[in-house]
Amino acid sequence: MTEILLKIDGLTKAYPGVVANDHVGFSVAPGEVHALLGENGAGKSTLVKMIYGLVKPDSGTMEFLGRPYTPAEPRAARAAGVAMVFQHFSLFEALNVAENVALGMENPPPMRDLAKRIREISQAYGLPLDPARLVGDLSAGERQRVEIVRCLLQDPKLLIMDEPTSVLTPQEVEILFRTLRKLSSEGTAILYISHKLEEIRTICDGATILRGGKVVGSCIPREKSARELAEMMVGGEFAATERVSRPFGAPMLEVKGLSLAPLSQFGPSLKDISLSIAAGEILGIGGVAGNGQEELLATLSGERPSAPGTVWMKGADISALGPNPRRALGLMSAPEERLGHAAVPNMSLTDNTLLTGTIRMPLVKNGFLNMAEAKAFAEDIIREFDVRTPGPWVAARALSGGNLQKFVIGREVLQKPEVLIVNQPTWGVDAAAAAAIRRALLRLAEKGAALIVISQDLDELMEIADRFCALNEGRISAPRPTEGLTIDEIGLMLGGAHGMEVPA
Amino acid sequence: MIRLVKRPMPSKFWSWTTPLVAVIATMIAGGLLFAILGKNPVEAIRVIFWDPLFGPNADYFRSQLLVKAAPLILIACGLAVGFRAGIWNIGAEGQYIIGAIFGASLALAVYPAESWFLFPAMVVLGAIGGLLWGLIPALLKVVFGTSEILVSLMLVYVAQNLLAYMAFGPLKNPEGYGFPGSRNLQGYPSAFNDELMAGTGVHWGVLAALGAVVAIYVLMQRHIAGFRIRVAGEAPRAARYAGVVPARLIVFCLCLSGALAGMAGLFEVSGPSGQITDSFNVGYGYTAIIVAFLGRLHPVGILLAGLLMALTYIGGDMAQLMLGLPSAAIQVFQGMLLFFLLGFDLLTNYRIRIGGARA
Repeated sequence: MTEILLKIDGLTKAYPGVVANDHVGFSVAPGEVHALLGENGAGKSTLVKMIYGLVKPDSGTMEFLGRPYTPAEPRAARAAGVAMVFQHFSLFEALNVAENVALGMENPPPMRDLAKRIREISQAYGLPLDPARLVGDLSAGERQRVEIVRCLLQDPKLLIMDEPTSVLTPQEVEILFRTLRKLSSEGTAILYISHKLEEIRTICDGATILRGGKVVGSCIPREKSARELAEMMVGGEFAATERVSRPFGAPMLEVKGLSLAPLSQFGPSLKDISLSIAAGEILGIGGVAGNGQEELLATLSGERPSAPGTVWMKGADISALGPNPRRALGLMSAPEERLGHAAVPNMSLTDNTLLTGTIRMPLVKNGFLNMAEAKAFAEDIIREFDVRTPGPWVAARALSGGNLQKFVIGREVLQKPEVLIVNQPTWGVDAAAAAAIRRALLRLAEKGAALIVISQDLDELMEIADRFCALNEGRISAPRPTEGLTIDEIGLMLGGAHGMEVPA
Repeated sequence: MIRLVKRPMPSKFWSWTTPLVAVIATMIAGGLLFAILGKNPVEAIRVIFWDPLFGPNADYFRSQLLVKAAPLILIACGLAVGFRAGIWNIGAEGQYIIGAIFGASLALAVYPAESWFLFPAMVVLGAIGGLLWGLIPALLKVVFGTSEILVSLMLVYVAQNLLAYMAFGPLKNPEGYGFPGSRNLQGYPSAFNDELMAGTGVHWGVLAALGAVVAIYVLMQRHIAGFRIRVAGEAPRAARYAGVVPARLIVFCLCLSGALAGMAGLFEVSGPSGQITDSFNVGYGYTAIIVAFLGRLHPVGILLAGLLMALTYIGGDMAQLMLGLPSAAIQVFQGMLLFFLLGFDLLTNYRIRIGGARA
């Protein structure tokens, strides 16, 4: 394959204060599955946004099919034959599949023809999809199929996929990979963005590795081990998390028959959830986001009250208590969304300690703020959790995702919780910071705290959790010890492949 | 094409100096306007900005400045707390009216009994009246999810009609020869909110306004409740995470701003105005919204903005009287001040980029 489909040379894009892409160059051949590998913040997203016409490069050139390629907007990119499946879907829940597909087309055919074509394409590529179903009723995996089918209808020569597997169960990943292989065999090139190394080794023909906005290497992933890839990506030795076996104590937190109505029409509800967690234990809750994870955290943290008798801590019914009384009892939480939920973007780190730290730390006296104590606490967090920031006066929004996450986790951990509930603790966090966060969670458990870790990252849960259960469509599976659990078993606990039954 | 690009780090210097620059720009543009109207611009600006403070009869005007600024500051302080939390009480004018009716009714009911505690009781009743009027949109929002903006605004019209009814009906002066309006409280020593020092304009309402500035500053900057209010405005989900109960916050903010507006109404009806008439309210409740934003929702800023706003009103009146400027020109002038302030504010936070981005 000497032919070149997409050739990129010297592409540079700077944002105020950061060079997102610095003279990036690589090329993709027709039919090649090419991986863009890098940590969060390495510049992968900026790069593909330039290819898809969402962002204009400051300098550098792109060639597509041997011709200069400067897409002014995504429409131009689509016309040239470039399609993209985003990590976050842009679908209307109240419309059906065919209507959603039509909305993304320049000249949609009559609805009946469109529905027929959707059926044909989805069958041909092994992505069963019923054009008449409401998107709001679909699982995340099925929604992704809608996005993929929408792209395939344009008959693209290059398909960009941004972290496509983050919302899929292992079985669904298999199906996706079959589809990608079929596309590749028909000559469609795929630009595959991910930081999941095993996936890249499975599916990709070539890889370009980005670090700090620069290309730091390229390789054929199959010829490298996951560890080698990780070291290329991080640029150094990779410290794995050490795990020691711990004795479990008495039950700390118990949930009994918790049900909760959904907040919005298509929002997930919680259905008859029961679980129990002992001192020193880490319970991992896996599952694709949007299956009730946020709701579960909000109920356990006290942000959303639940029916009496549903949430118990150390034998006392705490269902009616708000977040602060629960903190007083030793139950802390760290929500998934860092900016706007776990931290206030426009407030300084010092101010942000006051969000949760006023109960267990001496940050407030008679209702009045003790800013000196708050600053000292912020400095403690920054030091102990290696938060990279000029100082505690910096606004939360100025921190990178990983650093802010370290701050948020540090703020809760340093308050010595007896029960800690975290949702997606390492989402969007680079590998080194993620490892540090996991180590901190394990240390906390070693000291006798009970932890619930809700995460989409199954590897993470296998690494730190003692027991694993899946949260799927608001229901929780029976927890099982993580030791000896296979990836197939986990996949089945997560609900297997959603909606694979071929529609009539 | 002209685009606005957000500045990564707005300059501290400019965010503090923009109000001053805005005043200067208003003087220049206003001067041009007055020149086009055939008046001497320098003289007009002098009459508006200089004479009330330092010109002949400045003593009188300075006292008037305090009299006019006090209710604006008192109301704006309360509103700013809610605005910081994202709770939009637009109906301070109505709460101001109800506060005045509540407090004045007590005095008129016990007239002519004299007692030292009559006036304090009137202040408390005034606050309660405003508080209850603010509680209506709060409860409707909490229970039914109605918009506090619409409900509080519409309640202004209800309050105005209630005021007219009171002025012509139950509270009408029995010795008033059939004229609408209540007895004049200025002639009722126990109820009269008189100047504390003759000729200064300082009445209890001025002290209350200053007290409110200090109290709101302490609440918002030094107290955990104020911190939570600020969090609620910046990031509602983070506020819930920090233990804020939205319903309680709504009730607190609307009641606080209502109570302060009601107090302002009481101080006005028992002092400078003296009696309940159907036109007793003059829009302080609306102007206070402008004052609150002009002062950047910060108590000290509100203090300065209230004084500035009062100055343009007094100076504007003088310019009408002495130079024969049309009142519309004065209103345009006041509008310019807001326009320039908001405009310069925008430029502090954004830069203008002309032409599309380079390819």
